[in-house]
Amino acid sequence: MIGGLFIYNHKGEVLISRVYRDDIGSQAADSAVFSSSGPFLRERLGGSVRRNAVDAFRVNVIHARQQVRSPVTNIARTSFFHVKRSNIWLAAVTKQNVNAAMVFEFLYKMCDVMAAYFGKISEENIKNNFVLIYELLDEILDFGYPQNSETGALKTFITQQGIKSQTKEEQSQITSQVTGQIGWRREGIKYRRNELFLDVLESVNLLMSPQGQVLSAHVSGRVVMKSYLSGMPECKFGMNDKIVIEKQGKGTADETSKSGKQSIAIDDCTFHQCVRLSKFDSERSISFIPPDGEFELMRYRTTKDIILPFRVIPLVREVGRTKLEVKVVIKSNFKPSLLAQKIEVRIPTPLNTSGVQVICMKGKAKYKASENAIVWKIKRMAGMKESQISAEIELLPTNDKKKWARPPISMNFEVPFAPSGLKVRYLKVFEPKLNYSDHDVIKWVRYIGRSGIYETRC
Amino acid sequence: MDSLGLMDNLELKRYLVYLHLMNCAKSQPDMAMMAVNTFVKDCEDPNPLIRALAVRTMGCIRVDKITEYLCEPLRKCLKDEDPYVRKTAAVCVAKLHDINAQLVEDQGFLDTLKDLISDSNPMVVANAAAALSEIAESHPSSNLLDLNPQSINKLLTALNECTEWGQIFILDCLANYTPKDDREAQSICERVTPRLSHANSAVVLSAVKVLMKFMEMLSKDLDYYGTLLKKLAPPLVTLLSAEPELQYVALRNINLIVQKRPEILKHEMKVFFVKYNDPIYVKLEKLDIMIRLASQANIAQVLAELKEYATEVDVDFVRKAVRAIGRCAIKVEQSAERCVSTLLDLIQTKVNYVVQEAIVVIKDIFRKYPNKYESVIATLCENLDSLDEPEARAAMIWIVGEYAERIDNADELLESFLEGFHDESTQVQLQLLTAIVKLFLKKPTETQELVQQVLSLATQDSDNPDLRDRGYIYWRLLSTDPVAAKEVVLAEKPLISEETDLIEPTLLDELICYIGTLASVYHKPPSAFVEGGRGVVHKSLPPRTASNESTESPETAPAGAPPGEQPDVIPAQGDLLGDLLNLDLGPPVSGPPLATSSVQMGAVDLLGGGLDSLIGGTNFVAPTTAAAPANLGAPIGSGLSDLFDLTSGVGTLSGSYVAPKAVWLPAMKAKGLEISGTFTRQVASISMDLQLTNKALQVMTDFAIQFNRNSFGLAPAAPLQVHAPLSPNQTVEISLPLSTVGSVMKMEPLNNLQVAVKNNIDVFYFRTLYPLHILFVEDGKMGES
Repeated sequence: MIGGLFIYNHKGEVLISRVYRDDIGSQAADSAVFSSSGPFLRERLGGSVRRNAVDAFRVNVIHARQQVRSPVTNIARTSFFHVKRSNIWLAAVTKQNVNAAMVFEFLYKMCDVMAAYFGKISEENIKNNFVLIYELLDEILDFGYPQNSETGALKTFITQQGIKSQTKEEQSQITSQVTGQIGWRREGIKYRRNELFLDVLESVNLLMSPQGQVLSAHVSGRVVMKSYLSGMPECKFGMNDKIVIEKQGKGTADETSKSGKQSIAIDDCTFHQCVRLSKFDSERSISFIPPDGEFELMRYRTTKDIILPFRVIPLVREVGRTKLEVKVVIKSNFKPSLLAQKIEVRIPTPLNTSGVQVICMKGKAKYKASENAIVWKIKRMAGMKESQISAEIELLPTNDKKKWARPPISMNFEVPFAPSGLKVRYLKVFEPKLNYSDHDVIKWVRYIGRSGIYETRC
Repeated sequence: MDSLGLMDNLELKRYLVYLHLMNCAKSQPDMAMMAVNTFVKDCEDPNPLIRALAVRTMGCIRVDKITEYLCEPLRKCLKDEDPYVRKTAAVCVAKLHDINAQLVEDQGFLDTLKDLISDSNPMVVANAAAALSEIAESHPSSNLLDLNPQSINKLLTALNECTEWGQIFILDCLANYTPKDDREAQSICERVTPRLSHANSAVVLSAVKVLMKFMEMLSKDLDYYGTLLKKLAPPLVTLLSAEPELQYVALRNINLIVQKRPEILKHEMKVFFVKYNDPIYVKLEKLDIMIRLASQANIAQVLAELKEYATEVDVDFVRKAVRAIGRCAIKVEQSAERCVSTLLDLIQTKVNYVVQEAIVVIKDIFRKYPNKYESVIATLCENLDSLDEPEARAAMIWIVGEYAERIDNADELLESFLEGFHDESTQVQLQLLTAIVKLFLKKPTETQELVQQVLSLATQDSDNPDLRDRGYIYWRLLSTDPVAAKEVVLAEKPLISEETDLIEPTLLDELICYIGTLASVYHKPPSAFVEGGRGVVHKSLPPRTASNESTESPETAPAGAPPGEQPDVIPAQGDLLGDLLNLDLGPPVSGPPLATSSVQMGAVDLLGGGLDSLIGGTNFVAPTTAAAPANLGAPIGSGLSDLFDLTSGVGTLSGSYVAPKAVWLPAMKAKGLEISGTFTRQVASISMDLQLTNKALQVMTDFAIQFNRNSFGLAPAAPLQVHAPLSPNQTVEISLPLSTVGSVMKMEPLNNLQVAVKNNIDVFYFRTLYPLHILFVEDGKMGES
């Protein structure tokens, strides 16, 4: 299992070091935290042989000259797993054959938990909260085994106020919640107004050939729910999943054909741990008791019948050795009544560009030398419209034989519908003990489609 | 330890004090002793959070002296009424076991831990499973994980209810279980499949591991088998939309899964297309999988993609993409033509490393499709000057040598390389030597001078024993029997196969058992990177019912060998001479460095590694070289006589020493067949005394034995005689007479013997070292036969 966990700043200085197992051997770092007055440690480690692991990572990964070639590094039979958040490095260390996927999942989770406690993960915040972080690390990782890491549950007993204040009832409630079947929700939540918000957030990914052939396209979507519901509500979520609709529609053929068009084929989906997976497996129904507040109910992926909101038509012409002519047309492909927002087209330019002249019909376009790209921004664009940009790129003559790699033209946008065609059909709430019914719950649904990696080769 | 005094100070958190204690305990064990009482007291605290904190911290005080004081509080906590305390105590058993394993066993904590598997609380079950798995890893022989169906049922029930991490622990624990029959396997699979929709990728991968493992037991005709295959693909694809680090882990695992069961992902090629912004480690892995999935149906798409990649920025990635084109050509015959033309296009770009990489793969294409694409040689020759990497130079030289008769100025080309002979790397030197000899055999009249020049360069001016040996072999061949030389040097080469970088099957099966873990990321068995006793146990897939395909781990290093060793695989290689002549270009298609299979390692080790480390540094190969020509016999002769003289001091006793029997092949590696044995020498005859024990549940028959070629030509002098079928739990002792007339191959170490034993169940391999004294005749000289 995980032998230790280190957090470094961008310079490679250790901010947090928690060692769970002797074999990692950097206890010096650990005790330094408490024998020193501040959390700033690096200099205090000097002279100790046991700091090997901490240093090895700094030297071999953080200070390495080359780009990181793998997120897992093996140095002297010690394996380091790292993730980076802004300029902070989190590294888990082990000497055993651990479950690698679990370690990474844990590192992400650790980031989430820290963010939930003190916001952005930055050097400043980590230094200010280091006692809290150690306490968290002790609770969610026991001897290197990840334990309950749901922030909702953790916040009930890991606070900066100490643990003396709880009554006996509260204590047993905490422990049963942390270890129980519904570790993500506590009992006795009350709201005057029962309300829930559903966001269907999709990112549509596309790779298109210059000729307009779809090389690959998929939508990865998430259903994010914000629930403000009293008690222990039992929820059931329904969407226009093809399998479900076909099953239901067997009786009335008419309905099948009607709804069949609107149903979508979901390639695969994954659920928050509150969803009863065995029930989904057998009946394909999504039922759960939600955590309080915001959480990601499900993720899904579709590849069939995707509505591609924009089409990019590039035209690049090389005029001699020192000039390029680029023309890009974008077409919006959705209902004219809808408005796409935050549209940005990024047209890469060669490294030896000396000057660019741009003309665009709509929005603003600028050549950004530092990014080697022309960035064209349009605030809003309705459906079924078309717009174009043309640019002349002056090149410096070079003797570099290597051709320009022509990176793809990428695009960003936001549209108010789900490109996969997913529709929420219902979300029913039952709370057997309290007296509010499904009708009393105020429900909000919103669809947002964003661009993921939306590229057209040129 | 004044902090203890502050314990009552409510302002200061007990937690901080504990953490401090944990860290100071090592340096001040006596102080830690004083804290014990506090722990014992805290374990009785009414607040379960305090009790748990106490038991958690206790385990972290890694001082041997105080462990025994912890047993009582721990025992109490394991039976605590509060699940939070119990789940913490379960982990504490693992901690204690890490400090003092014996104590844990003596105190019966392991049984308590096993009981916790049936606990009512899912998280307690999960932690108990995790602790048990870890303890079992350091006790390979223990029966800790011999779970009964009731416990399995408990685990599966808890699986539905516990946290994501708990699900991982339980799934990993389940993966160690071997179901009794296919029906049990199927019912477990059915209960595990819902996990494939979990949001946590690690849960998904661990579920995939259980399914992949138990699928082995299912019959392929079963409807369920097909359904299961179909269910596996979507979650694997979904893993690719996770964060890049997880994608990397997933891709490394998919690489294994695709090799084991290509049918799962055969229609999913597109998801492995590289995205421009993927981190480089994801790109390289995707490329690997693309090649594995390439087939006639999708080759056009793949090639278009690869060509696109070949113009990217990252040098490693571009090289790999070019290599991939070559591998596609070799894998999908119909595409070869298109691949070659794509490669030629790339050569025209004149980007140095692209050209070099292209030449290396074209060489492989020539070997796969001889006499088909030689028209491109002219284009290749144009780029001769730009080649500065040894591999590319060697490839080019090989091409020139192989097709010398069609290249008018082959002699000039080779001569130009010869000028800087001593500055070249060994690979190039060896290749140049062979190429010029080939040229000479094809055009003897014009090139006599050239061949003489290279032979003298290789034999007289070189310090490299490999090179000298090869030079001598050619020289000798050419001078004694040119016809034979022609037969040897210009022999028809075996065609290379498409998938040379496949992981060797037994290793692959082992790695499948480690899906999701580091071993699957490194593509190495845990013993290769885990220190000490942990993880040295080889896992293998359960045997499939009604199948003859299943493979079993071969016996690896004999007892006492360092655990860090690569598994010794007996490579199925062509004849030795052919290897000598052709193998220096590396295995036909060199895979990416990470995916180097152990077959290749094995082969290189067997053939290449040995020559430098020969006794006395002389250049003799094996006793058969005693027949070496006289003109170069001087150093060899003396080497041999040295070796023979060496023995004169030893073995003057007439009755030879017989080592006690050692277990060569443990039952768990050979489906229940255990072999132990030793070697004896009695009056001029060598024999191998074997003891075969059947530890399986079925009768074993049809025994046969075979030795791999070895340094002294040891071979069975008679077939393995097991007269009656070996029934379960029966043991039979056999003395197998040996002769030394078998074929000879230098082994590393010299007395290494690789043995294959066959019975009605399967073929098993093991390796042993024989004592050299068995080869000595009683008068103290070595038998020269």
